Amino acid sequence: MHLEKRSSTSATAFLLAPLLAVLVTLVISSLLVAWAGAPVGRTWGLLLQGAFGSVFAWSETLTRAIPLMLTGLAATVAFKARLFNIGAEGQLYAGALAAVAVGGLHGTEGLPGPVWVLFPLMMLASAVAGALLLLGPALMKARLGVDEVVTTLLLNFIVLLMVSAMLDGPMKDPTAMGWPQSVALQGELELTRLIERTRVHSGLIWALTLALGLWLVFKYTVFGFNVQALGSNARAAAFAGVPVTRTVTLVALLSGALAGLAGAIEVAGRTSYVTLDMSPGYGYSGIVVAMLAGLHPLGVVAASVFIAGVLVGADSMSRAIGVPTYLADVIVAVSLLCVLVATLLTQYRLRWR
Amino acid sequence: MSDLLDLLGSSAYWVAVLRIATPLILGTLGVLWCERAGVLNLGIEGIMVAGAFTGWLAVYQGLPLWAGVAVAALTGATLGLLHALLTVGLALSQHVAGLGITLLATALSYFSYRVSFPKVNTPPTITPFAPMDWLGLPVLSAQTPLTLLALALVPVSAWILYRTPAGLAVRMVGENPQAAEGQGLSVAAVRTSAIVGGSALMGVAGSFLTLSAFNAFFFNMINGRGWICVALVVFASWRPGKALIGALLFAFFDALQLRVQQMGDAGIPYQLYLMLPYALSILALVLVARRATYPQALMKPYRKGER
Repeated sequence: MHLEKRSSTSATAFLLAPLLAVLVTLVISSLLVAWAGAPVGRTWGLLLQGAFGSVFAWSETLTRAIPLMLTGLAATVAFKARLFNIGAEGQLYAGALAAVAVGGLHGTEGLPGPVWVLFPLMMLASAVAGALLLLGPALMKARLGVDEVVTTLLLNFIVLLMVSAMLDGPMKDPTAMGWPQSVALQGELELTRLIERTRVHSGLIWALTLALGLWLVFKYTVFGFNVQALGSNARAAAFAGVPVTRTVTLVALLSGALAGLAGAIEVAGRTSYVTLDMSPGYGYSGIVVAMLAGLHPLGVVAASVFIAGVLVGADSMSRAIGVPTYLADVIVAVSLLCVLVATLLTQYRLRWR
Repeated sequence: MSDLLDLLGSSAYWVAVLRIATPLILGTLGVLWCERAGVLNLGIEGIMVAGAFTGWLAVYQGLPLWAGVAVAALTGATLGLLHALLTVGLALSQHVAGLGITLLATALSYFSYRVSFPKVNTPPTITPFAPMDWLGLPVLSAQTPLTLLALALVPVSAWILYRTPAGLAVRMVGENPQAAEGQGLSVAAVRTSAIVGGSALMGVAGSFLTLSAFNAFFFNMINGRGWICVALVVFASWRPGKALIGALLFAFFDALQLRVQQMGDAGIPYQLYLMLPYALSILALVLVARRATYPQALMKPYRKGER
């Protein structure tokens, strides 16, 4: 078996590849559903209904898509420059912690100051926290050649333990009766609901704006061009005069900031305090979102709604029919692998000989 | 201070060190085989989860313990084959493919566990490997045969790697695949075998936790041990002997952290102790970074006839 480069990639193939990947994913996960002893058709029906079947279902899916969009964008920026940031999970928590540090109720009152000062400050703090967390591994890579994958992965564990220590100590919610959660955010800093009696919040607008902004940056700025160049061939880019270290550093700051914002927006939009289970692996799923989107910022929007739909739909399906919710994680993982293979096949032809 | 000396003198402490080191030795050797052939295998975290689960499940279903270990190795090998298909056959990004395998193996294990045991509050247990009291050696008799296997695999790995044609082939495709192809070796075949073998070791590493260290399967029981192995192999400069030293050194500090935590200094949050292993791994990477000599072709996909 060997690969032969295609002379050109057709646009149809490019668009068809993700669809084909999803189809293969459906087949494989259907086998698992059947093995679990559930009626396959009904399971998918329930999953689809739970994800997109009503206004409420849509609202839940979109709520879940917000953090995925942001971590997906974080992975997109980084992976485009071949900076493999697997630390979005930790950066999200760091951002959430920073948001509560700035905007939380310490004692009975929060920091003094009007909302229009505190709100930007809170967002900024979370972005900075996320950015700084990725800056370390990025610099270690640039200066010492330490592989950033391992360092960002290990940092996730460190940050989570740090969050746990903060929730036991300085940021403990005195009213939580021993439940590990942080102090609550000031009420005025919370994001507004987009639809009455649902949980969708204006974080969706933040995420969509950032996706659009990122797309414009990639399309129209020198920095965006540098990132693309670095991603396709680092040596050639350096030779052509792309400032490699500066670009990688900026990419790290941007990627970390996006993941940090995801944390702040989750706190301000949904949970209103930090808990140890506020993210069911959004950081890792963000990587899948980015790959499904073909590292395209606007594709991230669609991919995050898809993944969020799978997660929300699986929850509701599991309550109804008892197939474990871990089915969602299997679907996410299989779709990642399938989309990788499908994308490759748009660029290469398999030859059996 | 004298507390510390007492601790280092107690054999219970060294028993713990060796027990903590065992899955790390096996996992690090697994990573070593993959990377010596030029392929990063970030699937390790998930492969360890899958090995822990399938090995335990096999024993729970009534198979003997060693059959459980074999099942774990087979699980690892199968996932390794998938990784090889993606990274060698299709030459996909080794980072992303490896993470995909980890997500897949973890999700499949958890899904299968929940399907097999829908409503259990306390995890079902098995009778794990017993300590080798018959051995009559101080620290070693308190270990299970899997630790002995891990220790034995270190010189065996070194011997294969440096003294046999197969080992030479693995090192060659990891350093210079074009030259290896020129010598008539099939880069794809050598890399695939190395990944399959290495992944089998990762599976066994996972099964140590469910068949020896504990007697049940828990969610999150691997808890980053796989990633630590990926860091340890860099620390060990891809040498089996140094991998053993690295794993023991790491386990030494991890056991120390546990004991100091138990002695209890109320002022320090216990989370800081738990952070130590992860922080140490990062520190180790930074320390050896300057003189690390990566296998030359590591993470470089090889496509025949393409430069």
